[in-house]
Amino acid sequence: MEFLRPADWEEALAAKAAHPGAVPLAGGTDVMVELNLGLRRPERLLDLSRVRELHEWETAAGSVRLGASVPYATIMERLGHLLPGLALASRTVASPQIRNRAGVGGNLGTASPAGDAHPALLAAGAEVEAASVRGTRRIPVEAFYTGVKRNALAPDELIRAVHLPVADGPQQYAKVGTRNAMVIAVCAFGLALHPATRTVRTGIGSAAPTPVRADAAEEFLAGVLEEGRHWDTGRPLASSAAAEFAALCAAACDPIDDVRSTARYRRHAVGVLARRTLAWAWEAHRARPDAFEGAV
Amino acid sequence: MHVALTVNGRPLRAEDVWEGESLLYVLRERLGLPGSKNACEQGECGSCTVRLDGAPVCACLVAAGQAEGSEVVTVEGLADGEELAPVQRAFLDAGAVQCGFCTPGLLVAADALLRRRPAPADEDIREALAGNLCRCTGYETIMDAVRLAAARRSEGA
Repeated sequence: MEFLRPADWEEALAAKAAHPGAVPLAGGTDVMVELNLGLRRPERLLDLSRVRELHEWETAAGSVRLGASVPYATIMERLGHLLPGLALASRTVASPQIRNRAGVGGNLGTASPAGDAHPALLAAGAEVEAASVRGTRRIPVEAFYTGVKRNALAPDELIRAVHLPVADGPQQYAKVGTRNAMVIAVCAFGLALHPATRTVRTGIGSAAPTPVRADAAEEFLAGVLEEGRHWDTGRPLASSAAAEFAALCAAACDPIDDVRSTARYRRHAVGVLARRTLAWAWEAHRARPDAFEGAV
Repeated sequence: MHVALTVNGRPLRAEDVWEGESLLYVLRERLGLPGSKNACEQGECGSCTVRLDGAPVCACLVAAGQAEGSEVVTVEGLADGEELAPVQRAFLDAGAVQCGFCTPGLLVAADALLRRRPAPADEDIREALAGNLCRCTGYETIMDAVRLAAARRSEGA
């Protein structure tokens, strides 16, 4: 085995171009387990931990460019005011030890349907910045997941960053598991209200072959909010509308039975999480001090 | 390959390291520091917790080559010579050790917590130790030990 240790991003891209089979290694949460347990013996490891840019983030034009290796601990502690949904998701990742090393790039690279960040990325409207020596492209996150543990990266590409719009409204995230720490999600749900565009976005984890959005639920809720003038008035949501939203989210699932849960439970639980997170988010939206001046 | 790093303040060099090897293996098998325990090898149990450049991490999930040039503190580095570290003394006094296998990882995690947060609330302690499994104590005496270490620290300050 060869251990490639690029000192910067250009070197990393050159190494990946020269050795497309090299396995990128950063926080080690998934790759090291496969090595330790003898499940994988790649010819080359491509260690990205010395690439400084991957550990940095910057904010410009209402968007955060989050380096692929910014650890979840940092997202929780420093970025909650800009990316509340992703910060909530980060809190549910594994343990403090793992959150000190692991970042969003690893979740995306592995592309497990159970990756904790995915529902928050979907709900926020994230784009993945993929780069190679050929150039850089931005992939909407919902197009990034192409199958169970498969993603849209070309063999010579690496994940440089994730671009997320700064939250323009409340965001929520909830996850079901047997305890708070060290849990692979039974299912997870992310929700973001986008008052600026009067839209709602969702993300479902661990309940389909890939992380998915509940498109029909999003459209339904946007219609209800518009027709009822909820965005203008801050009026509470009818329980029947919340129930229909939950049912449509559950219907967007395509779950399986496995060691963590039955498919039936997953579908049910996603509906419950959808209803709860919607209630929390809408209440937070209504409670904004600057909202609904002169509202009826 | 070889890996040069600083462990518990001493510059060390490990030779003949396999490229797919973990920092944990290097510490235990090549540098003669078996305090960090090898149990799950998948980041689930926290027995191998060390501080890597200040932050607690699972040594089993760090590739040896990633630790090149870094500063590592293991459980062997907590005591000051023969003088136990405050968390070590507190674990003994509170009866937080039974079989002892998880203890090194818990000590490093608890020590890291108290460095960051000298007067932690119970929720802080639970959160900080959430990645460390103990199958003997039921955790209550471990909670007692961390509270005791924090209390002694504030009295001493």
